[in-house]
Order: sequence, then C-alpha cells, then structure tokens
Amino acid sequence: MKHFRSIGLALAATFAVSQASAEELTGTLKNIKDTGAITLGFRDSSIPFSYLDDNQKPVGFAMDICYKIVDAVKKELKLDKLEVKLNPVTSATRIPLMANGTIDLECGSTTNNAERQKQVSFTNTHFLTASRYVFKKSSGLKSIDDLKGKTVVSTAGTTNIKQLTEANVAKGLGANIIPAKDHAEAFLMVETDRAVAFVMDDILLASLVAGSKSPDDYAISKDAFSKPEPYGIMLRKDDAPFKKVVDAATAALYTSGEGQKIYDKWFTQKIPPKGLNLNTPISDELKHEFAKPSDSPNPDDYK
Amino acid sequence: MNYNWNWGIFFQPNPMGTGTYLDLLLSGLALTLETAVLAWIIALVTGSIVGVMRTLPSKGAYWFGFAYVEFFRNMPLLVQLFLWFFVLPEILPRAAGLWLKQLPNAPFWTASIGVGLFMSARVAVQLQAGIGSLPRGQKQAATALGLTTVQGYRYVLLPMAFRIILPPLTSEFLNTIKNTAVAITIGLLELTGQARSMQEFSFQVFEAFTAATILYLLVNAVVVTGMRILERYVAIPGYITGK
Repeated sequence: MKHFRSIGLALAATFAVSQASAEELTGTLKNIKDTGAITLGFRDSSIPFSYLDDNQKPVGFAMDICYKIVDAVKKELKLDKLEVKLNPVTSATRIPLMANGTIDLECGSTTNNAERQKQVSFTNTHFLTASRYVFKKSSGLKSIDDLKGKTVVSTAGTTNIKQLTEANVAKGLGANIIPAKDHAEAFLMVETDRAVAFVMDDILLASLVAGSKSPDDYAISKDAFSKPEPYGIMLRKDDAPFKKVVDAATAALYTSGEGQKIYDKWFTQKIPPKGLNLNTPISDELKHEFAKPSDSPNPDDYK
Repeated sequence: MNYNWNWGIFFQPNPMGTGTYLDLLLSGLALTLETAVLAWIIALVTGSIVGVMRTLPSKGAYWFGFAYVEFFRNMPLLVQLFLWFFVLPEILPRAAGLWLKQLPNAPFWTASIGVGLFMSARVAVQLQAGIGSLPRGQKQAATALGLTTVQGYRYVLLPMAFRIILPPLTSEFLNTIKNTAVAITIGLLELTGQARSMQEFSFQVFEAFTAATILYLLVNAVVVTGMRILERYVAIPGYITGK
C-alpha cells in the first residue's frame, strides 16, 4: 500500500510539474481542459427531461440546460472546441459512473435530497414535483382516503414509495402497496387493473398518461403525498470550482428568462417523437425558484 | 474514484421504517430463500414426472415431454415471468383474470411457479439423461423379474438415476436460487430488489451490491455443502455412483 502511494505521489508530481506552467485547474475542469471533452449522462426514457427521440438522439429539458452549461464551461476554459460525449445512464448506474469519472454531469430527473447529497452534488433546481397518483377515471377515486384497502403500486426505491408507506400508516389506509421495477411497469399494473393507483412524481405520471394508448381514461389526483420536491442536475461532490461554473451558468439561464422559454418548449408544446403535449404550465413555486435559483434539497425552501 | 464510502450505512435506519438497511437486505434474502425453495420443489416434482415421461415406451408421453421441455427451456426466463404475470390474466375469462390479479402476494406465487416450471424443464432433461445412462439390461431385468413399468422405475431405475444426477442437480438448485433475482421484473422485492432499493435510497451503490453478492455466495456455499453431505449419505456401495 505504502509502495503504491509513493508511486502515486511520484506520478502526481510529474503531472504537477508539467501542469504548473499552465493553470491552477483541479478536478473536473482540469479533466475537461486536458481531454477537450465533457461527458453528459442522459436517461433513455425520462420524458420530457432526458430521453431518446426518433433518431435515438438524447433530447429534453435537462439536456437543453446541460448544453447551456457546456457552453459556459467552454467559455470559462477559453476553449475553441469542446467535444460533447453522451453516455446513457440508468437509475442504477448513475452513481458509479459519476464516481468513477465516466460522466461529468447527469442530465435527467434526479431528485435532490439531503441523503443523496452525502454522495453527489446538485446544481440549481430545474424542476419541482410533488407525489400524486394516477388512476383510471372509471374507478371513481378522488382523494388519498379513497385508496383505503385498495392495491396501490409505486416504483421500488423511490422517495414516492416511502411517502406512500408513511401515508398508509399515518392515515390508517390499510392499502396493499406493491413495488414495481420501473415506472413503465408500474403504469402497466394500473393499465391491467393489477393496482388501482400508481403513486409517483406528478410530472412523470403526466408523461406516462400522455404516452398511453388511451390518455382520456386516466386522471391524476389533486391530493399530493408530499410538498414539491426539487430535481437537480447531478455533478461530482467536493468539486467546488466546477460547481461554481455550473451554478453560475444555470443561475444566469434561469434568471434571464431563457429558462422559462426552454421550459415552455418542453412542457406546453408538442414534443418529439410522437408529438405529445404535456400541457403543464410552469408552477408558481418553480417560477419563484427561477427568479432566485437555489440548490437546496429541502422542499420547504421552495415556497 | 470520487466516491464517499460508508460501510456503516448497513446499521443506519432505512427510510421505509422497517429497521436498518441491513434488515432491508435480510428481508430480501428471506424472500429469495422462500421463493427458491418453493420453486425448487415445483421443479423437482414436475421435472421428475416429465423426465420419466420422456423415457417411457409410450410415443404420446414422449412427445408431451419433448414439447414441455422445449417450450420451457427455449424462452428466456424474464419473458416467461412477464407472460405469466401480465399476459396470462388478460387471455383468461375476465372474472378469472381479475381474481388472479387480485390474489395477495401475486408476485411471490408467480415467481415461484414461473421459476419452478422453467427449472423443471432442465431437471427433466437431466433425469432423462440419468435414466438413459443406465445399462439397458437394468430395465430388461426388472421386466424379467415380473415388475410392472411403475415398479421398475420406482425400485430399479429411479434410485440409480437420481444418484447419478445428484451433482448436476446441485448446480440446478444453485441456478434456481440465482434465477429468483429475475423476479424483480414483476415487483418481487427479493435480495437483488432490496439491494437496488437500498442504492436508490442511500446512493451507496457499491456497499449495497457488495452485501448482496456476499449473501448470495454464503447461501450457495451452504447449499453446496448440504448437497455434498446428501450425496455421501445416499451413496450405496456397488451402485454406479457408489464408492
């Protein structure tokens, strides 16, 4: 072990000598400068945040924001050319790929919470979403209390299933909660009547409904299980210089009003590949956040 | 690597309010074992019946066994579970389909039966091979002694065939345990499923899967040891497999 460390030190020293004359860059910024490339992690089906269009090219609200960040990084490092590499990630691979340096930014719909901040950092919030449930109109559900004794599905390992479990105990619903592997499958359970309701972030429910065979059959509850929670673009922890650049870029984007323009493009207009329209105008909370950008994981900070 | 290692995570409370993260994984392990044992019983029973059918003189029985084995082993397990869980209730009459969907613990029963039937095709092929490896004279001697076909299998062929295939059956049992991991696709939160939810909640992905790996290894080591003891216990000197 000691041996390895001394070799490591020797190597580091060699690099340090060759770099000292250039700039005092560290972490991700140094890496980007050295390789002339930045790698964005994208999700394949997080509509409309980050997903593949009909040409298998990643697009979406979070992708647009990431490209703006890339421009800012390019300017900051005074590079003529910055290659953008794209790397697909899933909920299971995003942390290892971020930790081992494969991706520099994760552009998707990752909830920013205090527990996750022990592992990664998030830049300014780009969306706020609350837990609600989707149901078939024919089932006649209205409130959370109507779920009493029913079978309810949510996606395993999400904050939503945790909130559902808590509400189940707190309100004495006695609902039968079943976990599903992913959102598509949880929705399938409602579609095939295995469950009467699917508890998830309302925006994801809206996109699942819009993309379903018969969108008119479904409705999303008014009742919410939680306060609106923030989504953030993820970056490596303890990399203050890179985070500063990214935060500045997103803050400038949101406060200038351009953030809302990008928002409107993805949430109130037809989006590829099927020409869906999510019809979700910007919420007051998010408008407020765009005016005063924040990377807080606490939902109470977004009132 | 920029990763915040935290091995103490296992002793921190999990957000589902069911104890610590370790409890979460252990509850997954219990479900893995229950599913695997039930699946293995199903696999052994149906696999033995089908395996025997494939060696019977009856052409009909042979073809039934052939079709059964090809049906279950030629389709990926993932697809089979998906078919049992999502497609079967839709093609049944509506009332029966609805009853099936509203069964409590549906993922558990579907996974056990689905994995069990998938593995039964493999058990059947091995038993067929085991019976086939016996000298033809065995069967003829049983007939010459006046034993019926059933008696011939019960007292002569099967006791030897099962002893011959005991080592490969050990592998099949291990496969059954590992194959239950596929059941996360129908919402069964077994060991792999709980490791996944642990990494989603805590973002400590390496710790979660390291623990799951070790638990799988330990369980399989126990099974291997148990089967070795069984092999020695049932060995009969003078049989093909005896010492």
